[in-house]
Amino acid sequence: MSPPVGTSPYRADVTSNAIWAEGLVKTYGSRRGSVRALDGLDLAVPEGSVLGLLGPNGAGKTTAVRVLTTLLRPDSGAASVLGHDVLREPGAVRRIIGLSGQYAAVDEHLTGNENLVMVGRLYHLGRRRSTQRATELLARFDLEDAADRTVKTYSGGMRRRLDLAGALVAQPRVLLLDEPTTGLDPRSRIGLWDVIAELVREGTTLLLTSQYLEEVDKLADTVAVVDHGRIIAGGTSDELKRQVGGERLELSVASAAELEAARDLLAAVGDAEPSVDVAARQLVVPVTDGSRALVEAVRRADADGVTLQDVALRRPTLDDVFLTLTGRGAEDGEADAVAPPAQRERPAARAGR
Amino acid sequence: MNAFTAALADGAVVAERNLIKIKRLPDLLVFTTVQPVMFVLLFAYVFGGAIDVPGVDYREFLMAGIFVQTVAFGSTITGTGLADDLQKGIIDRFRSLPMSRAAVLVGRTTSDLVNNLIVVVVMSACGLLVGWRIREDVLSAAAGFALLLLFSYALSWISATIGLAVRSVEVVNNASFLWVFPLTFLSNAFVPLEGYAPWLRPVAEWNPVTAVIAAVRDFFGNVPPPGTPGLPPPSDAWPLQHPVIASLGWIALILAVFVPLAIRQYRRAATR
Ligand SMILES: Nc1ncnc2c1ncn2[C@@H]1O[C@H](COP(=O)(O)OP(=O)(O)OP(=O)(O)O)[C@@H](O)[C@H]1O
Ligand SMILES: [Mg+2]
Repeated sequence: MSPPVGTSPYRADVTSNAIWAEGLVKTYGSRRGSVRALDGLDLAVPEGSVLGLLGPNGAGKTTAVRVLTTLLRPDSGAASVLGHDVLREPGAVRRIIGLSGQYAAVDEHLTGNENLVMVGRLYHLGRRRSTQRATELLARFDLEDAADRTVKTYSGGMRRRLDLAGALVAQPRVLLLDEPTTGLDPRSRIGLWDVIAELVREGTTLLLTSQYLEEVDKLADTVAVVDHGRIIAGGTSDELKRQVGGERLELSVASAAELEAARDLLAAVGDAEPSVDVAARQLVVPVTDGSRALVEAVRRADADGVTLQDVALRRPTLDDVFLTLTGRGAEDGEADAVAPPAQRERPAARAGR
Repeated sequence: MNAFTAALADGAVVAERNLIKIKRLPDLLVFTTVQPVMFVLLFAYVFGGAIDVPGVDYREFLMAGIFVQTVAFGSTITGTGLADDLQKGIIDRFRSLPMSRAAVLVGRTTSDLVNNLIVVVVMSACGLLVGWRIREDVLSAAAGFALLLLFSYALSWISATIGLAVRSVEVVNNASFLWVFPLTFLSNAFVPLEGYAPWLRPVAEWNPVTAVIAAVRDFFGNVPPPGTPGLPPPSDAWPLQHPVIASLGWIALILAVFVPLAIRQYRRAATR
């Protein structure tokens, strides 16, 4: 029993929250050892609000979603959805939730329309209502033209959208979306954000996971940062930003010799100690008034004779959050904490899980 | 809706989905029918003259065995289908829906029964072409086909248990050969039991496949008339004295063991 390291800002009672979880622990065992995917995770999402679960690869986001959607039994801890205990009343929970998992779970040999009608019928909407919902959702997700083609012919983004449509078939009061925008192009991403915003306006409670601070910031009322199966920080996204700092000013210099001077000038304009990536000759510092800091940094560089190769002002990323909260990058164990998170790979199939 | 009708209603939706697949992927059906057709032709023309069963045309003797072997192989698609759905996350999708927990298995085994029915129709046609005939009345013929399909349905549950345990389509395929081949060959499918070595003969006599084949042969009338000269004395093993009762007993036993096992395996496979 390890003592809680992270704070759990959402300790609240079951009834006032649409989604509630306390002390969830899940250990995956294998011959090569065991992984503690959830290590005392607490969550609380008030009805009608949106929680963004933010965390790097392997943080435990998917495991948490699977526990909340009755797909996985935790080793210990408790969870409920709209007051229904996930472990004791899984049937009641399934009736009120909609889920879109991390990997699109659609049937390749059925058409888009057939996939949605099947889901509707399994929600017991009846054949007519299911057909009607399928038509509505295909239109909403821009899949009308592909409705009668088998999913085999769909692109990755189209499958993803169909899977999301599947989560909405029964107009669930509680929606759980695991990395809903991964694999979507910018246009579909914005389209999905609109759909989500509309659902939330109608009163749907939403839990979504993401690796992008920007996305969570845009969609969520509250953010919970997960690391090693626990919430390490949480609050409204403004609160999180206050903790993490606002924008980032990023400089790269022409030669290693200039790093020292650049560091000094960044320290003068920034809110914190700049972090330096020597190999990339790149420096980053959080700043409050972005554009003023940018101008000031350029002016000083010019005065000090520091040659800037690149100057950029950017929003904080998940990596910055981790750097601030834990002193290390989001990519666990990497020595090079400032490196951008590696490009993620999506396995084609879930073989061998 | 109680649990039973819910399982049937949701199972029907799942079965319908699986059957659409047969329509879209006719290759699967072609493969399941090509193999038995090949067997019918090979045995009929290659061994047809070499193996002699007194009092009955060998081709006719053979058909019941090939029927049973084919539906046994046909039942293995239950395991591959389930492993495929697990791998692709479809089972997760089903499990997040408020549907009957038994529906995935009920639906799967039902659609595979329909698949086997189609296979049996194709094979019967092929058999008729090479000279096989049913020599009993319609009722008896229907009973033969019904027993065949009932047996295949029971085997589907064995296959389901394996598919859910190994979770990989390729492994299920290989595993299927491991149990279906010995099960069907160590029987009276291709040679009469009298041809077996004494120590192996009881194994073949008590093999469920033997009982089913003997029963189906009787129903189809593909047996030598009693008193045929040169006919070895009939086996006095109980299952061969009462092939229909023995078959039904085996089917009941397989279902009683493997339905709960498959359901348990389904729960475990999915929550892993
Ligand atoms: N079925 C499984 N068997 C064994 N270990 C698993 C299994 N599923 C997840 N894990 C492990 O549990 C940990 C948490 O995994 P999880 O999928 O919940 O992370 P995640 O936050 O969703 O990551 P990602 O952003 O990559 O999707 C990881 O270390 C992972 O390797
Ligand atoms: Mg995940």
